[in-house]
Amino acid sequence: MKAITNHTSPELKTQNHLGPRLDWGLRWYLYVAPMIIVIVGVFGYPLVSVIRYSFYAGNMNRLIYVGLANYKAIFQDPVFWISIRNNVFLLISVPIMIVIAMLLAILLYEAVKGWKFYRSVVFLPYIVSATVIGITFSYLYQFNGVLNTSLRAIGLDAIALDWLGNSHLVVPSVMSVILYQQIGFGVVLFFAQMINLPSEVFEAAELDGVNWWQKQWLVTIPQLKGVIEFFAITEAINMLSWVFNYVYVLTAGGPGNSSSVLEIYIWRNAFFFRSYGSASAVATILLIITVVLIFVYFRIRSGNMEQRGES
Amino acid sequence: MARLFGTLVKQAIMVLMTISSLYPLYFLLITSLKTGKEYTANSTGFPHSITFQNFSDALTKVHLGVWFSNTIVLTVVSVFLTTLISALAAYAIAWGKFIGRQTLLKLCIALMVVPPVILIIPMFFVMVKVQLINTLTSAIIFYTGLMIPFSVYLLTSFFREIPSELFQAAQIDGCSRFGAFWRIVIPLAAPAFVTLVIVNSLWVWNELLIALVFLQDESKRTIMAGISMFQGRYNTNQPLIMASSFLSLLPILLLYLFGQRFFIRGLTAGIGK
Repeated sequence: MKAITNHTSPELKTQNHLGPRLDWGLRWYLYVAPMIIVIVGVFGYPLVSVIRYSFYAGNMNRLIYVGLANYKAIFQDPVFWISIRNNVFLLISVPIMIVIAMLLAILLYEAVKGWKFYRSVVFLPYIVSATVIGITFSYLYQFNGVLNTSLRAIGLDAIALDWLGNSHLVVPSVMSVILYQQIGFGVVLFFAQMINLPSEVFEAAELDGVNWWQKQWLVTIPQLKGVIEFFAITEAINMLSWVFNYVYVLTAGGPGNSSSVLEIYIWRNAFFFRSYGSASAVATILLIITVVLIFVYFRIRSGNMEQRGES
Repeated sequence: MARLFGTLVKQAIMVLMTISSLYPLYFLLITSLKTGKEYTANSTGFPHSITFQNFSDALTKVHLGVWFSNTIVLTVVSVFLTTLISALAAYAIAWGKFIGRQTLLKLCIALMVVPPVILIIPMFFVMVKVQLINTLTSAIIFYTGLMIPFSVYLLTSFFREIPSELFQAAQIDGCSRFGAFWRIVIPLAAPAFVTLVIVNSLWVWNELLIALVFLQDESKRTIMAGISMFQGRYNTNQPLIMASSFLSLLPILLLYLFGQRFFIRGLTAGIGK
């Protein structure tokens, strides 16, 4: 998933355009027609169908209506609950990302020498394919991989654990790889917002004699509230519905099913077990979760705007 | 004194960040320059003797070349279609006068967050029915659709920055609707197009789930799907896998080296102003 919007910019600006809009008659619809056709085909039809399939069993040639049986079946499947639990556990990475990214963005902003180089470096993992990152980390985290070799070399044999083979450690290990890749995105977002702030805001705080921590807490963070919320919701949706790459290449959901997530569960049910109905039921549940999250996000945003008297 | 100490601490954190950011990529590179034998004996250190055998094996012994060209075709065609369709729609939404344009923009914003995994089962059925499964066309259609909402949103906000006087002048001069698009919007929004093309290409290049499900034939695989598959098969030959992975990153790394600001602008564009 790429980005959601803060929703204010284009709509509100429209009203301010000078003069009449361009009026060349009804043929404008020709310009949006290709987009509408593609959206109906790739979003409209599949969204309706996936909800419909969730009430059916059988294969694509012969669908049999089964009512809520798919939902009952997945609610009784322990792997479904493991998957949900893992997705929820991955949400813990969101506050961790925010804290680390915020710290790094502040340091970049305070113009440490070489900030341009550091910014390129911190953003680099974000553009590298998650597949390749996952494969690389699968070697680093192997029982006899680089991480454990290094730990043993400095005498820390006790914590040279089987990072991907132990069902208790595997999800935190996957999470660390996600953190590795996503933090740079946060840093660049926060930093981009900070350089847009008027520097007087920070100077005024310094004149008031606050210390470094107070300055960040009282000035920087409140000023970045909007972008932090945006990052938090984007990453929360990512943790629930965009971690397939990592899990697939690091563990494929194993050992056992201990690192399965909803996407892996849907993919495996649909394309391995050909149980399209139950996979569609899980997809429908994931859709509902996503819609609820987005709804909450827009509620928070519009709440903020009323406070600031913007709307 | 306190200030110097502060600077040292900040630099130390930044250096630590740099090492942890780059180490996995450094490991990837040095491993791909080792023979299998040396990797077993010396998995962490710098190679004693550098070999390029893994790179030539990757291009000759596994299907990397085919996967590369599949991915290039997929990326070029789907990004081109996306740009074309989105530019026309964004022009109409940004400057047209017709009922429903606000609704269309809001629809795009809402669709940006729909996870592809929700759509993949019905899309798979459709592609099987029309016998497009295992063809690049099936993935091109899906990718194009998935990229359109974000692209329309991004281009609309760029197009709205164009001063309306330009359009009024164009109308007075008798310029047609498509003429204004061609002579005003396209040239003025060139940086927006570069940004969009880079962000979308990055996404298609790195996509895995759809590529795995829609392109299962060995000769139709994308590079990321191919690498993720042969991880199991060639698991003992890690230098070969790392060399292939490195080659798969090369186009993106080169783009990043030269067009970093476009990446940053595009990937942070969602937050608006």
